[in-house]
Amino acid sequence: MEFFRIRRDIPFMRNALVLNAISALTFLAAVFFIATRGLHFSIEFTGGTVIEVAYAQTADINRVRATVESLGFGEVQVQNFGTSRDVLIRLPVRGDVKQAEVVARVFSELCKAEGSKVSTQQVKSEKGAETSAQVCGEIGDERVRLQRSEFVGPSVGSELARDGALALAVTIAGIMIYLALRFEWKFSVAGIIANLHDVIIIVGFFAFFQWEFSLSVLAAVLAVLGYSVNESVVIFDRIREAFRKYRKLTTIEVIDHAITSTISRTIITHGCTLMMVISMLIFGGPTLHYFAVALTIGILFGVYSSVFVAAAIAMWLGVKREDLIKASGKDIDPDDPNAGAVV
Amino acid sequence: MNRYPFWKYALLLVALLVGLVYTLPNLFGEAPAVQVSSGRSTVKVDGKVASRVEEALMAAGLKADFVQFEAGSVKARFADTDAQIKAKDAISKALNPDPADASYIVALNLLSRSPHWLMTVNALPMSLGLDLRGGVHFLMQVDMKSALTKKAESLAGDVRLILRDKNLRHAGISRDGQSLVVRFKDRGSLASARKLLEDELPDLNWLESEEAGETKLSGALKPEAAKRVQEAAVKQNITTLHNRVNELGVSEPVIQQQGADRVVVQLPGVQDTAKAKDIIGRTATLEVRMVDESVEASAAVSGSGPVPLGSERYMERGSQPLIVKRQVVLTGENLTDAQTGFDSQAQEPTVNLTLDAKGARIFKDVTRDNIGKRMAILLFEKGKGEVVTAPVIRAEIGGGRVQISGRMTTNEAADTALLLRSGSLAAPMEIIEERTIGPSLGAENIAKGFDSVLYGFAAIAVFMCAYYLLFGTISTLALAFNLLLLVSVLSMLQASLTLPGMAAIALTLGMAIDANVLINERVREELRNGASPQLAIHNGYERAFTTILDSNVTTLIAGLSLLAFGSGPVRGFAVVHCLGILTSMFSAVVFSRGLVNLWYGRQKKLKGVSIGQVWKPVA
Repeated sequence: MEFFRIRRDIPFMRNALVLNAISALTFLAAVFFIATRGLHFSIEFTGGTVIEVAYAQTADINRVRATVESLGFGEVQVQNFGTSRDVLIRLPVRGDVKQAEVVARVFSELCKAEGSKVSTQQVKSEKGAETSAQVCGEIGDERVRLQRSEFVGPSVGSELARDGALALAVTIAGIMIYLALRFEWKFSVAGIIANLHDVIIIVGFFAFFQWEFSLSVLAAVLAVLGYSVNESVVIFDRIREAFRKYRKLTTIEVIDHAITSTISRTIITHGCTLMMVISMLIFGGPTLHYFAVALTIGILFGVYSSVFVAAAIAMWLGVKREDLIKASGKDIDPDDPNAGAVV
Repeated sequence: MNRYPFWKYALLLVALLVGLVYTLPNLFGEAPAVQVSSGRSTVKVDGKVASRVEEALMAAGLKADFVQFEAGSVKARFADTDAQIKAKDAISKALNPDPADASYIVALNLLSRSPHWLMTVNALPMSLGLDLRGGVHFLMQVDMKSALTKKAESLAGDVRLILRDKNLRHAGISRDGQSLVVRFKDRGSLASARKLLEDELPDLNWLESEEAGETKLSGALKPEAAKRVQEAAVKQNITTLHNRVNELGVSEPVIQQQGADRVVVQLPGVQDTAKAKDIIGRTATLEVRMVDESVEASAAVSGSGPVPLGSERYMERGSQPLIVKRQVVLTGENLTDAQTGFDSQAQEPTVNLTLDAKGARIFKDVTRDNIGKRMAILLFEKGKGEVVTAPVIRAEIGGGRVQISGRMTTNEAADTALLLRSGSLAAPMEIIEERTIGPSLGAENIAKGFDSVLYGFAAIAVFMCAYYLLFGTISTLALAFNLLLLVSVLSMLQASLTLPGMAAIALTLGMAIDANVLINERVREELRNGASPQLAIHNGYERAFTTILDSNVTTLIAGLSLLAFGSGPVRGFAVVHCLGILTSMFSAVVFSRGLVNLWYGRQKKLKGVSIGQVWKPVA
């Protein structure tokens, strides 16, 4: 099998203006949505309480919401989580409410709404040990079960947001320095602009659909950043090689050649990674859902941006043969791993 | 040209074997076990306990797979849960003759079912994070300000003592925030006091100032001393937490310092969060003070007069007010233990306190001077104080062993002892993050993470094998080898695996295949340009390598900054991600090349390679 039967270099750069205009529009739309809608941050960033409960039957979301709202904890969000029986309840931080009691109070109210009441009972743990647990109704016939709860104090939240921003900044700086050392500053700028545009677009999606932006989404975004820079690196590598090999080609032709000769690898690699990520999207359950969504968007836009955006920006920045092949003495440097590429 | 020297094959074989051995324990599953650990800080578990456990099992006619002492606890593994539960009863009966005062914690646990020889080479299964096994997680913030304030208060007492000893007159000692202010009437006594205090209390920096005809000496803790105080506070809180957690009987609790002023507590398997929080979150501190028994004070008790200067009003348990002097005699820091006991003469339950050397000395002085008077033991929880007990001092008490008795039931005595024990936190703590995961959710998460990796891997494998034929098969093998190495490294490091960690495994595999795609595409390209098969393989690998290196470095930069700045779930992701990048470099480049060399390298006149169709444009 050979998917890509390309006879001649595809003139990607001829269409660079159009492609970049599309890019710029998407980017601006993303910025617009981030600015107007804002992000729906998870409680890890904002502080608050999350409670996940599992009902024996399909849960009545409206009744759950009414029950929790009656406790007066402020703005409550109630939604299904994965299946129709699992319910996720989000509560904001309230200064006047004792956080330690929130989960227990919500659970006991929910249990009461189901016509039962919470009691402490001996249950057998997975390890065979008897431990006490808060049970609604009788063991084995529980109306509603507490699956998971999470409380994050407001101070932790702001710290996480700061650390996240710091991680993003360090990643960008690190990648730029590496690209500048390995190639040239024009590539470094082009690469980072192209990939930041991916990051902004992912975040834009989260703003537009108001998907929950959690710590794991942030991790996905940073992983995508590192990963799509790969893409640019592969193309830049080829550009450098082509500059050496085909001395008669113009810069535009060199870039076209580099992209054409890597396009099949680009698509196959991303296809493979995408298969893994989609498997996570399908089988990973609700906890990994947005993580996988962020990766999927990131990988799709990663292809686009590194093929069409990064090289074009490098071109407009005026990358030249001399930039990459500075000293001709370097070509015969025995340590240069690319030395073999000279014809 | 496509041949590896012998040592390279040997290296690959060793890596494969080590990977297999350390991955193996993850495949065996778990067996029921009983774990014995120390129930009190004074009790040490050692090899002797292991032999006692063995004796107890022998006496009960139970057979364990093995009994071993390891890392502060004794573990015995059994074939089934029936034997496990019987064994637990037999062992607790043998080790804890008095169940009310247990020296050892005997808990049920699960141990890897892997054969013993694997354990002897330290091959253990990956340790699972709380989100995969269920349990409770707390992040607690230690209130450093109050630790420093407390230190300042106790230093004020020291200053007073030192000046009194040397007969140096001062016009008052007070605490201003976290520093001390000593007033003097004249400059002469200030100078001599300063010299004395600088010698005796090297932790303080003294500054002189003059204001409205009054000379003042203000002392603040030196930065390094303040740091020491804070470190000691966190350490003591961790010790106290350990003692409290022991009451829960959890088999593998994690209590660790995080950052300068935070403590992480993880209790796997615990489901009763209310009880756990009750025991952990008891942010109590203990103080011993004298009861104010002046006439004004008794008037204040009945409500007919103001509380006298230098005293405070607190409620005694049982809702009776009590006027207590402000001056602190002892704090929980000096209390090392509190246990219930029984006074055989008076036939009544008692609470027995043990004090450290400094506490014992102070206590001796105080009791000698105050026979017949009452002292109060106060417990402060979240800034609110309550008198736990206010016994009358009957005689001078030396040696640091204090017995409190009178008008108590056994239960009350046990309660008081528990409260006093937990009162020795150096600084209050507050829960700033809390997570509980039910056990069924944990099992579900494992299944989901596993499925994601499995199906994603299968899809990639099918595609690679179909598209690149033999080279694709080799790439798939290299990917499998990568997974093996990653799992074995994680098992070796015993870093806890979380759901984001499992996601990182999946993602890393998805990204790792990139290296093989790069190589295979390069080889095809070389073939397309008319290179001979052997040369194509050689050049393909050589030329793809720099690209692979570059792309992995950029991914690693992102991974490392996540590791440096991430916390909690992100850290779990970052650790696996970074390790995965390293193992993928090795497997995708060295291992797959090894396989290719083994297959094609020895054929001198190679006609073609099985890398799928190489399409050549017709000129």
